[in-house]
Amino acid sequence: MNRLNLVAAVALASMLAGCGGGDAAPEQYGANPQLPAQQRGLLPDMVIARPAAWGDRLPTVPQGYTIKAIATDLRIPRQTLVLPNGDILVAEGRGGNASKLKPKDVIAGYIKAKGTSPVKGGNRLTLLRDANGDGTYEMKTVFADGLNAPYGLALVGDTLYVADQDALVKFHYSVGQTHADGPPVTVTDLPSAINHHWTKALAASADGRYLYVGIGSNSNITERGMTAEVERARIWQVDAQTGMHRPYATGVRNPTALAVQPGTGALWAVVNERDELGPDLVPDYLSSIREGGFYGWPWSYWGRHVDPRAQPQNPEKVASAIVPDYSLGSHVAALGVAFSSPAMGAKFADGVFVGEHGSWNRSNPVGYKVVFVPFRDGHPAGNPIDFVTGFRGGDGLTRGRPVGVTVDPRGALIVADDLSNTIWRVTPGAASAAMKPAAPVPSGAMSAGSVGNAER
Amino acid sequence: MAVIVERTRWAFHPLNAVFLAGAVALFLGALLSDITYFRTYEIQWNNFSSWLLAGGLVVGAFAFLAAVVELFRNRWRKSRAWIYALLLLATWILGFIDALVHARDAFATMPAGLVLSVIVVVLACVALWIAVAGMRAGGVS
Repeated sequence: MNRLNLVAAVALASMLAGCGGGDAAPEQYGANPQLPAQQRGLLPDMVIARPAAWGDRLPTVPQGYTIKAIATDLRIPRQTLVLPNGDILVAEGRGGNASKLKPKDVIAGYIKAKGTSPVKGGNRLTLLRDANGDGTYEMKTVFADGLNAPYGLALVGDTLYVADQDALVKFHYSVGQTHADGPPVTVTDLPSAINHHWTKALAASADGRYLYVGIGSNSNITERGMTAEVERARIWQVDAQTGMHRPYATGVRNPTALAVQPGTGALWAVVNERDELGPDLVPDYLSSIREGGFYGWPWSYWGRHVDPRAQPQNPEKVASAIVPDYSLGSHVAALGVAFSSPAMGAKFADGVFVGEHGSWNRSNPVGYKVVFVPFRDGHPAGNPIDFVTGFRGGDGLTRGRPVGVTVDPRGALIVADDLSNTIWRVTPGAASAAMKPAAPVPSGAMSAGSVGNAER
Repeated sequence: MAVIVERTRWAFHPLNAVFLAGAVALFLGALLSDITYFRTYEIQWNNFSSWLLAGGLVVGAFAFLAAVVELFRNRWRKSRAWIYALLLLATWILGFIDALVHARDAFATMPAGLVLSVIVVVLACVALWIAVAGMRAGGVS
């Protein structure tokens, strides 16, 4: 093959792959990410995780920290909640019932499924208990089952709220309980038709009066039609007493985890943005959520960058689109967020942990780790710092995929891993150091992904 | 003797006609759906186009294979058989690229998908024309 043919072949290959080759990734962290031009070749970039067993390996944590698997053989753990007595609730399930509308859905669905666990979703809450505080969670019991793809969790006083894929439900909970008293009571139904993005994130306001529910879009970028997007891509504010709701923020493509900031009471979210615009578009973000705010989807991204795939266009909405606070990088797939506390050690005391499930739409995969975004004066300040890594090796073998992250106020980060079906616990201190005895935490509003700051 | 008459009468085998006509109809359907989606943004037309193209590619592949067989059977003039086969090949390749373009989300399929669908339909129609004209020139005995 002469040189010209070679050049032509390379050009063709990169055209087919949507220019995956280069990957000199632009700096995409923080408030002002570089946004390259939109691109899409004939085939989207697809690099899917190749699952492998952990064996004797462990994820990597910073010097001076210890990681341990505290529960294995779960059935698709997604989000966790640390209860006042130190018990951990794990929501397990797999949702969505989106039909395959195009030949593409059949093919891409088959390929993407290879990067996930083959285990059937549990549709249950599992309770983990470490009674003597030695760091080993010797009790693993089903707290409630028969749920429908539970995801978001929040505790307000003696009420445990669970966001199923189709409804917000509640259980009565008293400290020390290991099994629900009975079936849950529905607070309100949630939009569930199709459920392309099925996860329903949940957080309770600091005073416990409202619940915030994250509802993802029903498509990547309206390819299921606009009628499928009624009441989608938004965050609901639900009155805990009445179940009445109103949209708190809209245009939020897929708000996969919510957290209320200790002290300020502000609502924060991690949001997954759209695919198939190139390896460095569109950044997933971490942002405080403004009441009544519109965040762009589907007509624009990162403020007013118009997405021509959403037609007819909507210039008025685009003009009102809010620029998110902090870019986490494109395609990292942030699925968990939790505010830290001084108990996590000086370097990680002020900021949020973010669980990144990892990319599919990128030839050079990103995510597949837990990062820490440092805060100063209540706002993100500085680049993300790797906190838990080693989920995906350079050889493409992937042993785990982080989802929900929760800070245990006693000084531990709980990480749910829905590929190896494991709950990981990261603690400050060297290996085998026993944790402090479980001291009761003041009861108050606690949410999956937020420290229970007892302001109630 | 009767057997020989049968064979010469079918210069264009009925099965070939089914494949070719099927491909033309399916690609034409995809084009019409594309036009409607382009005008209305109604996503279901985009879904229709994708499946019609997929169907056209399946049937069109058989039509192309039949054309290749025709190359070796010497019932058509050599040049006509070659043009016919190459036209079908071009139709199929462009149809495949069109299908990949249609795998994009929402309006990212436009306008490239519509333009490709027009070209594919024109090529398929020319192929059909040559096949039918070839049938007459080949001489039904």
